[in-house]
Amino acid sequence: MLLKKHHIVEKNVFVLILGIFLTIIIGGIVEIVPLFTMEQTIEKVEGVRPYSPLEQAGRNIYLREGCYNCHSQQIRPFRDEVERYGHYSLAAESMYDHPFQWGSKRTGPDLARVGAKYSNAWHVAHMTDPRSVVPESIMPGYPFLANRALEFDDAKAHLETLKMVGVPYTDEMIEAAKADLYLQASEDAAYDDDFLARYPKAATGDFDGNPQKLTEMDALIAYLQVLGRMVDFTTYNPQMNLR
Amino acid sequence: MSQGSMAQTAPSSVAVNYNMDVVRWGALATVFWGVIGFLVGDVLAWQLAFPALNFDIEYLNFGRLRPLHTSAVIFAFGGNALLATSFYVVQRTCRASLYGGKALPAFVFWGYQLFIVMAAIGYVTGVTQGREYAEPEWFVDLWLTIVWVCYLAVFVGTLLKRREPHIYVANWFYLAFIVTIAMLHLGNNLAIPVSLFGTKSYSMFSGVQDALTQWWYGHNAVGFFLTAGFLGMMYYFIPKRAERPVYSYRLSIIHFWALIFLYIWAGPHHLHYTALPDWAQTLGMTFSIMLWMPSWGGMINGLMTLSGAWDKLRTDPVLRFMVAAVGFYGMSTFEGPVMSIKAVNGLSHYTDWTIGHVHSGALGWVAFVSFGAIYHLIPVLWNRERLYSMRLVSHHFWLGTIGIVLYITSMWVSGIMQGLMWRAYDELGFLQYSFIETVEAMHPYYIIRATGGLLFLLGSFLMVWNVYKTIRGDLRNEAPIGTPATVAAE
Repeated sequence: MLLKKHHIVEKNVFVLILGIFLTIIIGGIVEIVPLFTMEQTIEKVEGVRPYSPLEQAGRNIYLREGCYNCHSQQIRPFRDEVERYGHYSLAAESMYDHPFQWGSKRTGPDLARVGAKYSNAWHVAHMTDPRSVVPESIMPGYPFLANRALEFDDAKAHLETLKMVGVPYTDEMIEAAKADLYLQASEDAAYDDDFLARYPKAATGDFDGNPQKLTEMDALIAYLQVLGRMVDFTTYNPQMNLR
Repeated sequence: MSQGSMAQTAPSSVAVNYNMDVVRWGALATVFWGVIGFLVGDVLAWQLAFPALNFDIEYLNFGRLRPLHTSAVIFAFGGNALLATSFYVVQRTCRASLYGGKALPAFVFWGYQLFIVMAAIGYVTGVTQGREYAEPEWFVDLWLTIVWVCYLAVFVGTLLKRREPHIYVANWFYLAFIVTIAMLHLGNNLAIPVSLFGTKSYSMFSGVQDALTQWWYGHNAVGFFLTAGFLGMMYYFIPKRAERPVYSYRLSIIHFWALIFLYIWAGPHHLHYTALPDWAQTLGMTFSIMLWMPSWGGMINGLMTLSGAWDKLRTDPVLRFMVAAVGFYGMSTFEGPVMSIKAVNGLSHYTDWTIGHVHSGALGWVAFVSFGAIYHLIPVLWNRERLYSMRLVSHHFWLGTIGIVLYITSMWVSGIMQGLMWRAYDELGFLQYSFIETVEAMHPYYIIRATGGLLFLLGSFLMVWNVYKTIRGDLRNEAPIGTPATVAAE
């Protein structure tokens, strides 16, 4: 019986290491590799695009402040969740998310479709003092975001790095990265056809109530306002995307 | 031959010049980081009950402190406990001193402390990859890789030097832990830095692939860091303390290979009902349920080792810590498979039930078995006759146990309640509760949880005092625990 041969493993360190390695590698290979090779892993949808420089900067602030510790970005296909938050999340919606931010805990509500649900002014008030707009909230306040200038002048380098890991930024987007960063938070963006062609559905204009200064608050709100808004659900066919 | 007897085959008369320096440092670091980790955890618990405690200062906000807590308890407290005990156990069971002389083990220890400090500074200042339990940025990850390779070299080198024919079962588990963590760490932290002089990097993977890679890592940080490594601890210290051989050699073989094979597959149960394809979810659920068996194999092997020595639980609170730990291990490895069933997970996911589950494992299993090992090791390492006070150990045990019970029961109630409130409909077919009403309903349970955490923290202060006095060489003048009863019973 196999158990009687086990002394071979117990007496040879390298046989033991090899045995361990072969045993632990199988599960990951079977589960993870097909996700990269099977075409239907990510649904075919219209509208999902790379984040604009300002949105990406806001996303980095979202990570930095650890928002994912309390907020998920993943709506499950349950009646109550769809009614509360909107259409269940698609894999395609996070295909340019490096890293993913699906989260694992809802101390606060899901944010996958928070975009355009609240006004910019509401977000500023909520971020500065959450209990001023939601008295029962247990969220920490983030007043410092509105006072601090956004440091993302190396936007170009960030977009180039993201391109290296697979986000389809065009040369035009990368060249315009720094200009787009400031443009999006100005009133001009709404009339700039080039910008809107690069980043359709981007929320534009001053976000934090202070047009003089581009702040971290501007970036974070620009990110929150686009969450869940990219996919065009009028052209989405769930039957075609059964996985 | 009996594996169990090998735990006792290290008579102190054998002239091996063991390297115990690094074990001593590791034992002290375990106590130190443990207190820090518990303290930060309890601060977070109070912040959830009373949000004003965030003070709205970036360095103190929940979002930045939570990774500090999880890493402090898992990697700093748990990691040092594993480092110290693995270096102790491998030397004793191989009857050989550590490979690499004085320098290499010392580098592993101090290099690991530097990793902890770099990671911690990053969390508080917002330098993070934003992936749970894998928050350290690329340069910290590179540093840990170097340290970990050296750790593997010391451990394997010592096994090669052994003067025993067999490699003792505890070392299989420690080895599986070291090898698997190396694989997971490398696989999950593939990222490209924006600049070689900056801290920021972007993960090579995105969305659904990133999610499964992360939970392949995350779940096996539980499976190998917090389970396999600590089972190694169990397989040495429980037989040693109970003075009994391990219950079943065959069971240890079967459950070892089954455990490490099955654990790797279980990651997708963290992503039920998400955009992860269904086949992967089902696979993850199936393997999670199967995992129940090897987990309980370990529990049975640990508990049954007490056969014929159960009376020691009455007189030895150190053994009581370890046996209670195995009990908590059995409980949380039953709860885990239940929660991995999709129908249950639909309710439990995103709620405090998960938090309670993690803590019954982390506080009940990981921390308790570590406390037992530390209390056993401190007098041995410093050549003291015994611990300063067994009564303090007993008090620590009860404070910790009551703390855990308050913690997990309050989280069961709040988690299940919140899950039910989210899906409740009124008679007109509308959602019955707004989200914020469910948050409000959590308040009393958050206070109970924070109180439980406080008791657990107070218990750890007793440990600090006891360890300090023992190392100083003081002996508390106290009656041995349980002796009058045993005398009368005979």
